[in-house]
Amino acid sequence: MFPDNLKYTEDHEWVREEGGACTVGITAFAAEQLGDVTYVELPEVGAAFKKGDEAATVESVKAASDVYAPVAGHVIETNAELEARPELVNESPYDKGWFFKLDDFDPAQLRGLMNAAAYAKFVEEQGH
Amino acid sequence: MELIYDQSREGRRAITLDALDVPEAALPRDLLRTEAAGLPEVSELDVVRHFTRLSQLNFGIDSHFYPLGSCTMKYNPKIAEAVAALPGFAELHPHLSSDEALWAHCQGAFEVVYEVEELLAEIAGMKAVCLQPIAGAHGELAGTLLMAAYHRDKGHTHKKKIIIPDSAHGTNPASAAIAGFDIVEIPSTPDGAIDFDAYTAAMDDTVAGVMTTCPNTHGLFEPRILEIAALAHKHDALLYYDGANLNAIMGECRPGDLGFDVMHYNVHKTFATPHGMGGPGCGPVGVSERLVPYLPGPRVARREGRFVLETPPRSIGRMAPFFGNFMMAVRGYAYIRHLGNEGLKDVSRVAVLNANYIHARLKHAYTPAFAGRFMHECIFTAAAQAQKGARALDIAKALLDEGYHAPTVYFPLTVKESIMIEPTETESKETLDAFCDAMLRIATRIEEDPMAFRNSPTTMPVGRLDEVKAARDLNCVC
Repeated sequence: MFPDNLKYTEDHEWVREEGGACTVGITAFAAEQLGDVTYVELPEVGAAFKKGDEAATVESVKAASDVYAPVAGHVIETNAELEARPELVNESPYDKGWFFKLDDFDPAQLRGLMNAAAYAKFVEEQGH
Repeated sequence: MELIYDQSREGRRAITLDALDVPEAALPRDLLRTEAAGLPEVSELDVVRHFTRLSQLNFGIDSHFYPLGSCTMKYNPKIAEAVAALPGFAELHPHLSSDEALWAHCQGAFEVVYEVEELLAEIAGMKAVCLQPIAGAHGELAGTLLMAAYHRDKGHTHKKKIIIPDSAHGTNPASAAIAGFDIVEIPSTPDGAIDFDAYTAAMDDTVAGVMTTCPNTHGLFEPRILEIAALAHKHDALLYYDGANLNAIMGECRPGDLGFDVMHYNVHKTFATPHGMGGPGCGPVGVSERLVPYLPGPRVARREGRFVLETPPRSIGRMAPFFGNFMMAVRGYAYIRHLGNEGLKDVSRVAVLNANYIHARLKHAYTPAFAGRFMHECIFTAAAQAQKGARALDIAKALLDEGYHAPTVYFPLTVKESIMIEPTETESKETLDAFCDAMLRIATRIEEDPMAFRNSPTTMPVGRLDEVKAARDLNCVC
């Protein structure tokens, strides 16, 4: 149900490690709960986050939610395409709908996140 | 529907000017338009018919049942309009209050401000009230600024946090953040109450205040509110009462007696003044004794039988020009004085009774979001219907075709597929029954065909609107 190559947080972010950086987005489950996404506010490139800092905001017809930094790091790139096409978060949450990329992260923090099976169980236990 | 532009005919006019009897003068060239203004060319009768027709498309409390949860769309009695229309109020210029020499001309208006503040203070058990804030969230901002001023004065530089439950109105964290605080959100229990353990864990000496609504936005009275207040006070944190749901408890209990230090009132909800579509609101801020010196000013005071303006010694300053939306306060004054003590008690009792009547009639067709006894509004989850394909949104749209304003949907955020119904006290049993019958018809139809309402409404002047496009595509092009 959730891609095996990603790590997950209890706040429904996913993280993909590639080429020494972490790409961050929100899960298909989160996108479905939000409904049609209408606006995404992304961090500035160069911003430094601690794990759990508010890093982005995502708005839908139903609600506005914060997206948190799953691991500490520096923002090296953001997905500018979301500005014009926020619907990518719903249509392609793990690919074209990514939010931002972090470097200078701590691999131990990344290892501490849930794998796909644990996240699926977490979602199940939340009573959804 | 035909737009007024569609009716435009070249050369048609609504006005005829008298013959020119002064010398004609040319307008300066640089003031002339380079292209036409693009106004419709129509007759007076075209204009009258067009806008009368538009007004008939309005959906309002004077024409329909409007069970919009959390918003308290009760009937606004016409006596309040009659009082507000008295020339002594309606024709009073606000700047008369700006010059002490002219205060003799606004003693009546000052008296109303003074008396409304006194009445509101008595109703909620506050020491003093200031009418200035012009809406609920503006009252929240005033209240959080008062909390900041208090702690600043006491040298509490370590107090930076405000605790807010996840069931709060979205404006609570926004107001506290604008006032400079960090927000700590705490979860609700499955029963819909504040999670007391999480609250206890979040509470320490860095907490400046706690903002709660009671009954909360789940429509439930907070069962542990006294313990919540006691723990806040132990840490010298101030307790804020969001008055959005004060209409459920009038005459039964008072926020001040529960331990709340600061609050706002929604005069436009609780005390029946017209509202909707952004205003006009009236969100007075009330405080306990220790916050009185910080109230916004100037305030009306009574000195030797005369009403005068004074600014509290440590005032946070003005929150609005003059006395806020004064005419809303006049309407609220008429409402409170007309109903009196027993009348206000009846308002709350019947509001709670009506909500529970709807809950009792609908609870087998729609799943109540919480097991407890609701107060003035009841919340259902359409999660079961949504799984079949009929979302809360579809149910809301189906109700439009039944002749009802939709209830609040997707709020509170803590309830999936939320449907929040607040009937208010002003509706008859016949109206409530007709509404419940419609809700039950919709539930039955969903059982037969979950997709039945996917394109609702079908009998309104416009069909299903594209809410996503409306939110995403902000560049309106005519």
